[in-house]
Amino acid sequence: MKTDLVLRVGVKLILPFMLLFALYVQFHGELGPGGGFQAGVIAAGMIILYALVFGLTAAKRVAPQAIVERMIPLGVLIYAGTGLAGLLTGANFLDYSRLAHDPPHGHEYGIFAVELGVLITVSSTMVAIFYAFVERRR
Amino acid sequence: MEASINMVLLTLMAIVVIGIVRQRNMFGVVVLAGIYSFLMASVLIVLDAVDVAMTEASVGAGVSTVFLLAALHHTKSLEQRPKTPPLLPLLVVLGVGAVLVWGTIGLSPFGTPDAIIHKHVAPKYLADSIKETMVPNVVTSVLADYRGYDTLGETTVIFTAGIGVMLLLRGASRRRTKKTERGDGKARGEQAA
Repeated sequence: MKTDLVLRVGVKLILPFMLLFALYVQFHGELGPGGGFQAGVIAAGMIILYALVFGLTAAKRVAPQAIVERMIPLGVLIYAGTGLAGLLTGANFLDYSRLAHDPPHGHEYGIFAVELGVLITVSSTMVAIFYAFVERRR
Repeated sequence: MEASINMVLLTLMAIVVIGIVRQRNMFGVVVLAGIYSFLMASVLIVLDAVDVAMTEASVGAGVSTVFLLAALHHTKSLEQRPKTPPLLPLLVVLGVGAVLVWGTIGLSPFGTPDAIIHKHVAPKYLADSIKETMVPNVVTSVLADYRGYDTLGETTVIFTAGIGVMLLLRGASRRRTKKTERGDGKARGEQAA
């Protein structure tokens, strides 16, 4: 597959738009459809598509395995940490009311942080599972 | 118009399912399952559930197809014919299907605004989302704020599933290398213990 010129050029053209769309889905999730989960899967799909066409070594240069595997718990920690931040500010767990000067802004920031955590865990989990599958010998 | 589009899509899905059941080649099954997911995503777009459609298209048709193909690489790709006709599974499937159809009779008609599910907390979310969270997309504010606990649980499920799959795939190969290093008998004893 590595010699297929059309595939390589086509995929190279698509990849930046996939990443852009993932970021759009992530950061536009407050206004339009989408959110951390969808954006995470699209971003992971970009890495997986790159690995399918250009090989695992090239993909690991873009998304090193060590970083990907550390991102899996990091996302959950960001999510739970946002919840704990609510607890520390005197509100309930996962209540973002006091994260900013007034409750609506607090909720906005809280939702942003939580969606970021979801994005990190989902995308890295997908890529890590893909790496594990590919690396396993038959 | 919407109903007729849905009828066409659902008919196509039924045809794909029949194809999956009849197909013995696992590669064909995986490709058909991807087609099924794309049809499902189209149905969800017609139903105005774009979030779910996006998830179905990217997870169901995209990533999981790749995972299943990768799994096929490690196993046989031709399904064995069953020795006896699978009558019991057929009966179970027909029974469950009949119960599900019977259950839909009790539901209020599709799309009615005064269904019970739309009268509980949904009006409050729709009215207060922008005022309370400054997030106009109610799906996002429900997922990440009003129902934040659920989403934390879901994220933890993804985390656990990812760790589990990685342990299964990598742990097994590591054990195999250990076995060849130390000789068969000892490793087998360790596994039994």
